[in-house]
Amino acid sequence: MSSNPLLVRTHPPVSRRGGNPWLLPKTLIPAAFVLLLIVTVIAPQWFTPLKPDDMDMDAVLSAPTLRHLFGTDSLGRDVFSRVIYGSALSLSIGLGATLIACVGGMALGLLSALAPRALRRVLVRLLDILLAFPELLLALLVIAVLGRGPTNTLIAVGLAGIASYARLLRSQVLQVKLSGYVEHSVALGESPLRIIFRHILPNTLRPLLILATLGIGQSVLTASSLSFLGLGVVPPTAEWGALLADGRDYLDVAPWISLLPATVVALSVIALTLLGRRLQTILAKGA
Amino acid sequence: MTLNSHAPSALLVVEDLQVDFLQPQGTVAAVKNISFQVNPGEIVALVGESGSGKSVTARTLVGLAGESARVTARSLSLTCHDGTRKDLLKQEAADWQKLRGREIGFVLQDALVSLDPLRTIGREVAEPMLIHKRHPRGEIPSRVEALLHQVGIPDPQNRMQQYPHELSGGLRQRALIASALAAGPQLLIADEPTTALDVTVQQRILDIFRQLAQAGHGVLLITHDLAVVAQVADRIVVMQQGEGVESGPAAQVLASPAHPYTRRLLAAIPGADTRGRWLAGESPLPDVPLTAQENDNQRRRNPFVSALDVRNVSVDFSLPNGVKHNAVNHVSLQLAWGETLGLVGESGSGKTTLGKVVLALQKAQHGEVWLAGNPWSRLREAERRPVRGRIQTITQDPLGSFDPQYTVEQIIQQPLKLRGKLSSSALRARTLELVNLVGLNVDLLKRRPQALSGGQRQRVSIAQALASNPEILVCDEPVSALDVTTQAQVLDLLIALQRKLGLAMLFISHDLGVVQHMSHRIAVMKAGQIVETGSTEEILGSPKHPYTQTLLASVIAA
Repeated sequence: MSSNPLLVRTHPPVSRRGGNPWLLPKTLIPAAFVLLLIVTVIAPQWFTPLKPDDMDMDAVLSAPTLRHLFGTDSLGRDVFSRVIYGSALSLSIGLGATLIACVGGMALGLLSALAPRALRRVLVRLLDILLAFPELLLALLVIAVLGRGPTNTLIAVGLAGIASYARLLRSQVLQVKLSGYVEHSVALGESPLRIIFRHILPNTLRPLLILATLGIGQSVLTASSLSFLGLGVVPPTAEWGALLADGRDYLDVAPWISLLPATVVALSVIALTLLGRRLQTILAKGA
Repeated sequence: MTLNSHAPSALLVVEDLQVDFLQPQGTVAAVKNISFQVNPGEIVALVGESGSGKSVTARTLVGLAGESARVTARSLSLTCHDGTRKDLLKQEAADWQKLRGREIGFVLQDALVSLDPLRTIGREVAEPMLIHKRHPRGEIPSRVEALLHQVGIPDPQNRMQQYPHELSGGLRQRALIASALAAGPQLLIADEPTTALDVTVQQRILDIFRQLAQAGHGVLLITHDLAVVAQVADRIVVMQQGEGVESGPAAQVLASPAHPYTRRLLAAIPGADTRGRWLAGESPLPDVPLTAQENDNQRRRNPFVSALDVRNVSVDFSLPNGVKHNAVNHVSLQLAWGETLGLVGESGSGKTTLGKVVLALQKAQHGEVWLAGNPWSRLREAERRPVRGRIQTITQDPLGSFDPQYTVEQIIQQPLKLRGKLSSSALRARTLELVNLVGLNVDLLKRRPQALSGGQRQRVSIAQALASNPEILVCDEPVSALDVTTQAQVLDLLIALQRKLGLAMLFISHDLGVVQHMSHRIAVMKAGQIVETGSTEEILGSPKHPYTQTLLASVIAA
């Protein structure tokens, strides 16, 4: 409108308070919690002397004590140890599943935007159908085909998440495909593959990565839900969802068996999501 | 300017106006001691390049300089309808509301942004009348109609029912002028009112300003376009970096400019009489020796075929409503080796589409393009790709054609990495050579184009286009987004490169002056058809088609 750059901003820019966005408490607190979780994956023995499968027959269904921070379950196993040792499985399922969803979504998203018209149409319909089902239901379907087990849970949760990533990438790709620089690259003589991998993909990945950071928490939750339903990992493996399921029958006599692990799951998912949000904000500002 | 002699009847008197912006980094002086006056019946033009402070001046005069602006002046006064003089420095926000519209009409550049998309033109124009309670309610529709008629909107009765998006750019601009006039101000301030418009439409808008001046209005015209100024202004104030460097009667300033900056500005305007001389004063190319690759170009050429042969090409687009739009209609063109063919036409005439057909980025439903005597548009893309380096392009908006994640260096190397493996030292050497060729500073290589000025970006774009040693360059409005002095440098560079490398250029522009300056031959395009082709001298000397005559009439060499 105006030819003078001075007029674009009539208010002086407010100097950014707080300085480095990485060092704000709202970034640091969830980051610290996530870091703690990672340490429990690497070195669970630092947190508890007890093995997750050790049974203490003297303390069956014991309420939380100093020895058993989260109490014990019906077999006398230490719930705190099971939570700590279970984090490895739960978190790797969450991470692995997100990775599968991301890579699958990337491939499907690119194909559904750039493939020949007939294939494109089929893929878009397929994505629409997949998006119509809740993720948990899709994961159940995959489990029904593949059977139970940690690897299968990971695959199931990952496959169930593909559609939403694919959809996001597709819309981004369609936008970038029409951009001036893609057309210009054609004029320069770049091949389609080069254009896709040098220009289209790098310019569409940012929102996908942002969604993925939010998606890890979601995947942990979905995997736990599967185990809670008895369709995830096989007992007696320590896994968060399975822990909750274990305590279901004792909720009135020993509520800690379910409630304390549930709190940990909730806190972890919240921390992962908050950290994802923060990353999203910081990355978006960098754009 | 002689200040003490201003007539008591002057509508607007500005003496030593200074506008400072208080920024966190310190105070920025946007306008420094500007003085001028606007009399009734007079068009005063405030001329300058972007950043010269002309828009700030205009906005200050309507009290819209912004909260961080500090306005001072020895005198800043406006004569109102009732004959009283109002000191504009002493107006409060509420007082301004009474002045804006009633005493000062303000017209902005982009009518699509400035008009409310949810209101019809009629309501838009009626609003100032209602606010200032100038007429009884019942009379307003007929007043609106009369006003729309006055600014040259045909069929005002129906047009006033329409929304801004339903009107063309020219009609929208007229509607905006009508709304500025609605409450009957004596003074009209127009900020770049014709910049976004085609030349022929621009003429009609300028006619309106002329008529308004004849009717006794005072008009302050803010523009970067000296061709516009030359046509309508009675007096000119030239601004450079916030200072008024020269002012006086238009004829005098244009004919014998006193200030070096004015002289430079005037010399930089391309046109028929600037052909063959450097617009920015001197040759932009230091004598860089030709590399072996560049000499190759000369050898590859077969003098018996055209560089480019466009044969009877047509392009249709299907509009959303099912109607077929004939964007390019049976167009034939030849481009000889080393010559510049100027393609001139208004927006929507199909010249950009034709450019894309030539670059084989757009399929033609009919006809063919041949490149250096070989099939080109007929090829499959995979066959064409290895040859694409021979024909390259420069666009109006280089920023849009650069990958946003790339640095200048990566952009320039993009084509280099396509053709064979270059060692990293050869890649570096060629990059430096290109950068020197287009006169870019080597320090800019690591920057991203977002951090460059418009002229620098265009140089990057030229360097990239030259990287593959093309024989043909398709330039689509390469200087339209640039200021006049930057434009001059880029045009000089293109001509120097053409002489050095023997490039053939298809030069697409809406600006006849630029095309005249650049071209050996000119093709005039209108509504998808080439209405006239000929050497530049022929087209200028004896235009045959009426449309060419209109175009020429609308460009007056300043």
